[in-house]
Amino acid sequence: MNTNLRRAATAVVATALGATALAACGGSGDKADGSKTATPSKTVTLVSHDSFAASPAVLKEFTKETGYTVKVLAGGDAGAAVNQAILSKGHPQGDVFFGVDNTLLSRALDNDLFTPYEAKGLDQVPAALQLDKDKHRVTPIDSGDVCVNYDRKYFDAHKLAVPATFDDLIKPEYKNLLVTENSATSSPGLAFQLGTIAKYGADGWQDYWKKLKANGVEVVDGWEQAYNDRFSGSAGGKGKGDKPLVVSYASSPPAEVLGVKPQPAQGPTGVATGTCFRQIEFAGLLKGGKNDAGGKALLDFLLSKTFQQDMPLQMFVNPARQDAALPAEFTKYGVKIDTPPTVAPDEIAKNRDQWVKTWSSLVLK
Amino acid sequence: MAVPTAFFAVFFAYPVAAIVTRGLREGGRWRFGRIGEVLTDPEILRVLWFTAWQAVVSTGLTLLIALPAAYVFARFEFPGKRLLRAVVAVPFVLPTVVVGSAFLALLGRGGMLDDLWGVRLDTTVWAILLAHVFFNFGVVVRSVGGLWSQLDPRQEEAARVLGAGRFEAWRRVTLPALGPAVAAAALMVFLFTFTSFGVIQILGGPKYSTLEVEIYQQTAQFLDLPTAAVLTLVQFAAVATILALHAWTVRRRESTLKLVDAAHTSRRPRGAAQWALLWAVLAVIVLLILVPLGVLVARSLDGPDGYGLTFYRALLSVPETGGTFVVAPIEAVWNSLQYAAVATLIALLVGGLAAAALTRRAGRLVRGFDALLMLPLGTSAVTVGFGFLITLDEPPLDLRSTWLLVPLAQALVGVPFVVRTMLPVLRAVDERLREAAAVLGASPWRAWREVDLPLVRRALLIAAGFAFAVSLGEFGATVFIARPDNPTLPVAVARLLGRAGELNYGQAMALSTVLMLVCAGALLALERLRTDRSGEF
Repeated sequence: MNTNLRRAATAVVATALGATALAACGGSGDKADGSKTATPSKTVTLVSHDSFAASPAVLKEFTKETGYTVKVLAGGDAGAAVNQAILSKGHPQGDVFFGVDNTLLSRALDNDLFTPYEAKGLDQVPAALQLDKDKHRVTPIDSGDVCVNYDRKYFDAHKLAVPATFDDLIKPEYKNLLVTENSATSSPGLAFQLGTIAKYGADGWQDYWKKLKANGVEVVDGWEQAYNDRFSGSAGGKGKGDKPLVVSYASSPPAEVLGVKPQPAQGPTGVATGTCFRQIEFAGLLKGGKNDAGGKALLDFLLSKTFQQDMPLQMFVNPARQDAALPAEFTKYGVKIDTPPTVAPDEIAKNRDQWVKTWSSLVLK
Repeated sequence: MAVPTAFFAVFFAYPVAAIVTRGLREGGRWRFGRIGEVLTDPEILRVLWFTAWQAVVSTGLTLLIALPAAYVFARFEFPGKRLLRAVVAVPFVLPTVVVGSAFLALLGRGGMLDDLWGVRLDTTVWAILLAHVFFNFGVVVRSVGGLWSQLDPRQEEAARVLGAGRFEAWRRVTLPALGPAVAAAALMVFLFTFTSFGVIQILGGPKYSTLEVEIYQQTAQFLDLPTAAVLTLVQFAAVATILALHAWTVRRRESTLKLVDAAHTSRRPRGAAQWALLWAVLAVIVLLILVPLGVLVARSLDGPDGYGLTFYRALLSVPETGGTFVVAPIEAVWNSLQYAAVATLIALLVGGLAAAALTRRAGRLVRGFDALLMLPLGTSAVTVGFGFLITLDEPPLDLRSTWLLVPLAQALVGVPFVVRTMLPVLRAVDERLREAAAVLGASPWRAWREVDLPLVRRALLIAAGFAFAVSLGEFGATVFIARPDNPTLPVAVARLLGRAGELNYGQAMALSTVLMLVCAGALLALERLRTDRSGEF
């Protein structure tokens, strides 16, 4: 943008609003940003998407250990958040970005958003999650698997075996039972499509989807509609949905039993373990951030055992550290997916738009 | 006029221009060729066609259903009228995430229609149209009905006495007087449905897409800024046309009518036909508005152990499992109230000054400014949000990481409501009163305080209430702004809906009900403050 215009506009508003709106509500604005002093800032800013969550106690722990206070800036879904970071490249909103996953990783790396930093504790992270292990521009923080979930009650009542693999889903006995999300508008929808691409290859996936369509797969725009309204196994929907199979997460069954008293012996929903695609979420030190030292400390902390063990029940994802203990809900009601098929980030970056387009014309039309 | 102009320039025109420019310039050169490319894409043309088509049909349907109701509210006196007038406006300020789930509960699988008759309307265009009628019913009833109640019924009676038939009298006398108001309301409904986003996404399913949805996808998902920029310009052109037409109809209305006190124009219905009309309108309101809202309330009470307050209790305490949420939902209520209060202050200041300026000055430029202030209503939230990001990033305006960004974005949407409410009232203040005050030696400030303020105090309160309710329910802009993490009510509802589990879903419903009650409360309070000329809404 034109700098003169920028300066002029700034001048206009500074004079016009200085005395009025800004002054009226400036009381609780933050001083940390405005005052540029020689002493290093005590605030470190984490930029993320709307699903970021952490226990306040854990964030306090960070402050106690390092002296830095974390300020979280969150907005939009993962895609929007990454794009926001790209737009403010070189002049970022904060010091650390959390929430770029393997489906968007190449877009972020190609735009050169991050300063390399090797976080402490990386030796505890399995190699399969370290997609940038030579340069350390990003650090893997968590992983989650997008898988087909099933409604146990339905399959018990119909004396039908639960499906386990992608191949099962196109069998006649599962006709009209599956609901999934639009690849163009939903991240689990895209992940499920990528799962089929990983499984059947760049040539075979279209054929698979033709069969899936012939077998009556239903597509809705977002996870909320698929899971809350269509899926018969979601307690929130009171079992009113009529699809006993839904594309969701491997962590959805533990979420279903959360807060249920007494805890059931077996979760009401389960996971078809052969239908998964792994999403890995990364964090990185933003280039041009104001507080590099704080940012590095925060990255170390995100990978610390304290944060990693807090994460599962906050964001319903699996910690990246293999030595982090999982909560009982996860071990009892969740499943561990060993190595789901995957697609390399640069492969995704290269083909993503075309794949989504092809998928749309194949499945939606 | 300096403050509203500066506000508009810095928090709307500049960010939006910047993001559009970013899309259309590459390596220092303008790439207008993109416009042609995008506009000849058959996929985009299909979207454009559907956007216009559904907006026309939604508007027609809304008028068809809401105009009889406007008549009933204007001419008949019946118990509970005030309450109902407030209730019909509630949907307008509810966020679409909430309405979407209410409608799905009604029209979707296992919904009420499904249980009763096996009818499912979800993912059909009917669900979209019905939801649009639901949202905009109150806009027509309140704006057209408001004017209708101030038209002197004796004029129509006079025509009858002179021998005109009932319909003839209505057509010759009332319709011409009402025409501009109907046109203005229709254009507002058209504007809201033309830029519809959430309703289409939630109820339409993947087959339907509007311009607004497409802008969101190109910007937030694909980062295809050139395409998004072209689509934004197309939407601008459409919205500007609508607003120009709107401004023209509003002007006609303000200049031609002699109005009477609304209190004397309504009476109890007489005769079978009038009673039938009243009951029909009440039935429509129950079916169209109360039932969906009721479904929401019912779901919020439908706990794991039968009906009860389980979910409401959960809202008040951080979940015992160690907090599955970064913030207890009850805090979201508090956040929302704070944001909305600041947004209201800004909207009142900017909108009030703009309305004052528009009253004192005439001319083409000023009228254009009037329409310009409405532009944010028709602009994609993601465009504004991303525009903020790339422009408000340098001191003294590095607002990207402050909480102030949220109320500023909300105020953008609130300002048009303030202007529209204040303008008619301010225009009605007799200029001679101000002159008299000046002659008697009052300073301009004193004259304003002694003359204008007492007369507009109630309109100001009404404007404040509307700006407050709109800010409270605002979702679009808020969600695209990376804000210091204090989620507002609608954002918290969306988050809860985004997680599996009965408790989360139930809390989302409970929180939506709270939002609904707060909005209804604000609107009901406004009913008590209604002036004779309470503007357009």
